[in-house]
Amino acid sequence: MAVLLDRNTRLIVQGLTGREGTFHAKAAAAYGTTVVGGVTPGKGGTTHEGWPVFNSVHDAVRETGANATVIFVPPPFAADAIMEATDAAIPLAVCITEGIPTMDMLKVTSFMRGKATRLIGPNCPGVITAGQAKAGIIPGHICKEGRIGIVSKSGTLTYEAIHQVAKFGMGQTTCIGIGGDPLIGTSHIDALKLFAADPDTEAVIMIGEIGGTAEQEAAAYIKAHFKKPVVGFIAGQTAPPGRRMGHAGAIIAGGQGTAKEKMDALTAAGVRVVKSPADMGAAMKEILGR
Amino acid sequence: MNGCSDLTNRRQLTRPSSVKIHEYQAKSVLARYGVPVPRGEVAFAPGEAADIARRLGGEVCVVKAQIHAGGRGKGGGVKLARSIGEVEQLAKEMLGMTLVTHQTGPEGKKVGRVLIEEGLQIDRELYLSVVIDRASASPVVIASAAGGMDIEEVAASHPEQILREAIDPGVGVVPFQARKLAFGMGLDGAAANKFAKVLAAIYTAFIETDASMMEINPLILTKSGDLLALDAKVTFDDNALYRHADLKEFRDLSEEDPLEVEASKFSLNYIRLDGNIGCMVNGAGLAMATMDIIKLAGGEPANFLDVGGGANAEQIRNAFKILMSDANVQAVLINIFGGILRCDVLAAGVVAAVKELSVNVPIVVRMEGTNVEEGKRILRDSGLKFTTADSMGEAAETIVKQAKGGK
Repeated sequence: MAVLLDRNTRLIVQGLTGREGTFHAKAAAAYGTTVVGGVTPGKGGTTHEGWPVFNSVHDAVRETGANATVIFVPPPFAADAIMEATDAAIPLAVCITEGIPTMDMLKVTSFMRGKATRLIGPNCPGVITAGQAKAGIIPGHICKEGRIGIVSKSGTLTYEAIHQVAKFGMGQTTCIGIGGDPLIGTSHIDALKLFAADPDTEAVIMIGEIGGTAEQEAAAYIKAHFKKPVVGFIAGQTAPPGRRMGHAGAIIAGGQGTAKEKMDALTAAGVRVVKSPADMGAAMKEILGR
Repeated sequence: MNGCSDLTNRRQLTRPSSVKIHEYQAKSVLARYGVPVPRGEVAFAPGEAADIARRLGGEVCVVKAQIHAGGRGKGGGVKLARSIGEVEQLAKEMLGMTLVTHQTGPEGKKVGRVLIEEGLQIDRELYLSVVIDRASASPVVIASAAGGMDIEEVAASHPEQILREAIDPGVGVVPFQARKLAFGMGLDGAAANKFAKVLAAIYTAFIETDASMMEINPLILTKSGDLLALDAKVTFDDNALYRHADLKEFRDLSEEDPLEVEASKFSLNYIRLDGNIGCMVNGAGLAMATMDIIKLAGGEPANFLDVGGGANAEQIRNAFKILMSDANVQAVLINIFGGILRCDVLAAGVVAAVKELSVNVPIVVRMEGTNVEEGKRILRDSGLKFTTADSMGEAAETIVKQAKGGK
């Protein structure tokens, strides 16, 4: 089971012929992912590292039966790539690209409303289902099959959580890096809903960061609906958000998005919140009582 | 001084970062899109200020210090002048002074330019801003009849005076939304029409310039019935700067920390803090978490430094140089979780940098992930004194001890 990716995943890579795309397509295949091809407009009909290259996502989906795409396209073209994947109705699009303008993501968010594609990211490390498949840059060798789901705004902190889980003799179902940009496709809540419905996921580690209110919203969801144990960590406790020029964003958000607000909300929702990023694995072990 | 208090006016550690500009630049952007602003010009010297005042004419001029921080009025950075001589005198006082406001931190900011503007007869002060709301993934307009004050305080004490209107990005501002806000602030029909024009203009400016925030506080209604942006704060999304060559020129490097400017040349995300433990980490989240764990262990981080996911040996060397340029650094913690960035590459970069810079402060390295054993071997065989740690917790405790007992 697990979520988002599994042995039935058929992955294409948008930007396959680029350096990053090539490197991570190979890493995904080496991890056991069924990589079925790539998209680079203008290079359709060629092959790259043995994979067929298509001019469009539509062509790739039609020819390969792909059901997931991972996007390694430079920032000025990434929004276009996400919308193309959406138009091709591919169920899962994972966008790794860092540095997409917010206005572009505003268009993407509008475009995707009501459509079938789920977006993970952008500016994220991607998704990995331990022992089955990966889409993105999370190193496969640190993962181990198990029963912990991980959802995180931060890339390397996700690796840290994966590592700690393994160190304490546990393993992961699926690890989802949702990205830290203001506008993202899949929120903490969306990821929690996936884990709630997955019988293989027994407990969840949720990692947040200062800024915004996604963690507070996740806390409300957990309190009302989420029955599995959650360990939480918020990065940036000692970094008081600098006062930007004006506070309009904070007013809209109904709070400053400080670590304390987030930690308090999560604690009140029954989440085991750890102050130290070194304690995520130990806290999970303790909660599960083994 | 303790803690991160000097962060108050520095770039936010949350992502993504945005580009700040001066008030007079913000007004020029708004004016380009049709938002009425007072007549005025920027001056870098008192003589220039006097010339501008002469050109403006009128009874009263306003002299406004231009720094990247709010709260200038209370700090003595905004003053009225009733003669050309007074304008010149005030400009002379302000230029070169260090202005301390609640947003600059105790060290303040040096004033390098002043804006000279015509004085206006104010009838009412309103508030207007546009931001992106993460939750609804749309631009949101905020307006209030309680302009001219700290809008945070208004939101806290009189939330009913804060009006919000979410804008459908595919549609833009619909006239009824402008009317709703205008009448909500108690404007009459004529002023409401003018407000609708200002709102349409600021919204277009916001979208077309890739702004992350535009704020007019106050938006004034003059005794003669005109609406003008008396003050303006604008920040831009730096991810979009590549398509705004004109906005790049607004950057005022004197407003930025020289080390941060240097770091940005190498695509390193560096923010100077006031502790003594230098940190080098890959990934913004892990970098923040590393600062957190240093504090938990009783130490003070000297900086936030994210070398990024795909750093090479050269970048590691540059990062180390920048880190060590801060004279306060008495110990260094390197915390790297190798994914794309391989631990052996990191180790080689660190060894090269330490040798080149003859670093003599204690260094604790915590590495995990890709090629970690090879990385550790490179550190061991370097002949240099590194302390290695197996976990973040151990690394933090060790470095705090070394920073205290070290030098």
